[in-house]
Amino acid sequence: MTERCAVIGIGQTHFKKRRDDVSMPGLLREAIDRALEDAELSIGDIDAVVIGKAPDAFEGVVMPEIFLADAVGATGKPLLRVHTAGSVGGSTFIVGAHHVITGIHDRVLAVSWEKQSEGNAQWGLAGGRSGGIGAGGAFAPWIRAYIEESGAPEYIGWMVAVKDRRNAAKNTYAHLKMPDITLETVKESPMLWDPLRFHESCPSSDGACAVVLTNQAGARRSSKPAAWIDALSVRSELGQFPGRNPVRPQAGVECAHDVYRQAGITDPRREIDMAELYVPFSWYEPMWLEGHDIAGPGEGWKMVDSGETDIGGAFPVNPSGGVLSTNAIGASGMVRFAEAAMQIRGTAGEHQIDGVRTSLAQAYGGAAQYFAMGIFRSS
Amino acid sequence: MPARDIAIIGYAQTPSQRDAIQSEVQLLVGTITDAVTMAGIERREIGFTCAGSCDYLTGGPFAFVSNLEAAGSWPPISESHVEADGAFALYEAWMRLQEGDIDIALAFGSGKSSPSNPAEVWAQQLDPYYLAPLGADPVSLAAIQARALLDAGRATERDFAEVVARSRAQAASNPNAQLSGAVDVDALLAAPYHTAPLRRHDLPPISDGAAAVIMARGDKARELCSRPAWIRGMDHRIDPHQPGVRDITTARSATTAAKKAGYDGGPLDVAEVCATFSPQEIILREALGLPEGTQINPSGGPLAGNPVMAVGLVRVIEAAARIIGGSADRALAHATAGPLLQQNLVCLMEGE
Repeated sequence: MTERCAVIGIGQTHFKKRRDDVSMPGLLREAIDRALEDAELSIGDIDAVVIGKAPDAFEGVVMPEIFLADAVGATGKPLLRVHTAGSVGGSTFIVGAHHVITGIHDRVLAVSWEKQSEGNAQWGLAGGRSGGIGAGGAFAPWIRAYIEESGAPEYIGWMVAVKDRRNAAKNTYAHLKMPDITLETVKESPMLWDPLRFHESCPSSDGACAVVLTNQAGARRSSKPAAWIDALSVRSELGQFPGRNPVRPQAGVECAHDVYRQAGITDPRREIDMAELYVPFSWYEPMWLEGHDIAGPGEGWKMVDSGETDIGGAFPVNPSGGVLSTNAIGASGMVRFAEAAMQIRGTAGEHQIDGVRTSLAQAYGGAAQYFAMGIFRSS
Repeated sequence: MPARDIAIIGYAQTPSQRDAIQSEVQLLVGTITDAVTMAGIERREIGFTCAGSCDYLTGGPFAFVSNLEAAGSWPPISESHVEADGAFALYEAWMRLQEGDIDIALAFGSGKSSPSNPAEVWAQQLDPYYLAPLGADPVSLAAIQARALLDAGRATERDFAEVVARSRAQAASNPNAQLSGAVDVDALLAAPYHTAPLRRHDLPPISDGAAAVIMARGDKARELCSRPAWIRGMDHRIDPHQPGVRDITTARSATTAAKKAGYDGGPLDVAEVCATFSPQEIILREALGLPEGTQINPSGGPLAGNPVMAVGLVRVIEAAARIIGGSADRALAHATAGPLLQQNLVCLMEGE
């Protein structure tokens, strides 16, 4: 017997380049307290805690959840640490949901975080060695391959950047808010990793995101609307081997098809009302639209070009401003899931899309080799 | 209530080695292959895989990514990773199996302590604001714990030495052990202190190693294994981090985990406990409520081989092996994380 699982509480910190005003425990607690308040619960009501973050090298603490056990309210309870590279926030959400779906626990807190200002993310990504090419350097060749294959014009990347940064201006918690950004601003910004310009790249943020997950009985006790989980899936593949297609990784294709199947979706572009996709570099929006078969081959960039992925469009993507505007790496995947659930619950504030009944959340990590996806519904 | 019809049907581990030539991936390739072979399955039958490892041991980020190679992740697999001992990966995989849509899961754990200095690495696990600046390493903390146990009159240094002598003697029949053989308690007590009141033999060896476990559900388990090790319950709990705010002569979270795993204090044939320092076996015996007559750490335990990130999963394997082999009907395995037994996992297993 399995239980249906719902999101009944969501909390985020304000994301910033440096959150010098709080310690690591304080940062997590900020998100957790907001999620508990939203869920109308206290920390004592929580049965188990699942925690996720990207490499420990970012903050310089080995398995920091061990010292954070008190701050996250986990003492005397199960505390499980997930780490699946950039997808970790999504994976952490999914592991948290499994605790509820299996009936092992009734109310679970899942929290993901990164306090990148404690260290140097580029240094951390390079394993403390010099000569790291950065995440953008790793992805740029695949982005060039996508542009080459699809024939997409250069300005598509700028359009995604403008959309996401303007969307972020509507999001209380977002890091980079640029309500006045234009294509010109993006075009004139320095080239970092050809074809990625400065404004087409994610920032380095401090922040955390927490969700409270419960079963049907728990959701009934909540006075607010719940976001019901209708599908969850993870897929991993090797990062490099001859014949791999890194532009459209098979793990991403299979992960998407798995969640569509679970949710009974045959035409994702029509049946899904909005999506929060992990887009740390502008071009990943059209790449994932195609990589998850929302758009056909070479059609993803046309969805961007026509404004279909804008807040007012037929398939809004990243109304929160996305990873492009806010990237506390460990938290970013969970923010996608939290924002997709907020859209269902109608609690997204200024960046709320009208009438969302089915939403999609996606996170990816490593060399575009780890995928975590979920589908939420309003009932 | 969670499903209870999940069993261990295959397992493998590398020997514990002081300085393995192989990389972590190489250690895992053979280990996972052996576990899959023992289970009598094809890799594609594995519905979920969960890995456990530690970035800091390799001195880089994303250490687990290369381990995917050993997991056989092409075509893509449904997979996750915990930054923890493989026993916690086992917990996640066991949980995942309970959803009922898959029949077989793989959990593994791996780590190489030899490339780094464990005393430096694990000092970085402490609270970075209040504890890490003190530079306390695991051995110093374990010595404080041992002293507290002595001062409370709950053990003597001879008791510590007896744990070690039994560990080494029992490890003589374990081909994977790093330290084994007959040792005399009085000779052990004549050795100088390493970090008083601990002597060198009260400490675990520094080890490299890997371990893998295959679990299956219900009829699938019965079909694949003539005597599966049924997991009757599994639970893990964590205590407050600061050693100053808890009684370090006990492990409250171990007591809770054992109860929540369904252990009622009844007879056990075998208990494999993750007592990394000899005094911790005395603490765990009480905290877990192990009855008289239980054979504790017949493998020799972590004092005979301590492949960090696999050592907890090895405890599960050693307990399960005795059920599958028919020499035990009821066994308890224990894993731990954090300083001074802060986090504890208990897995209770039975034969048919």
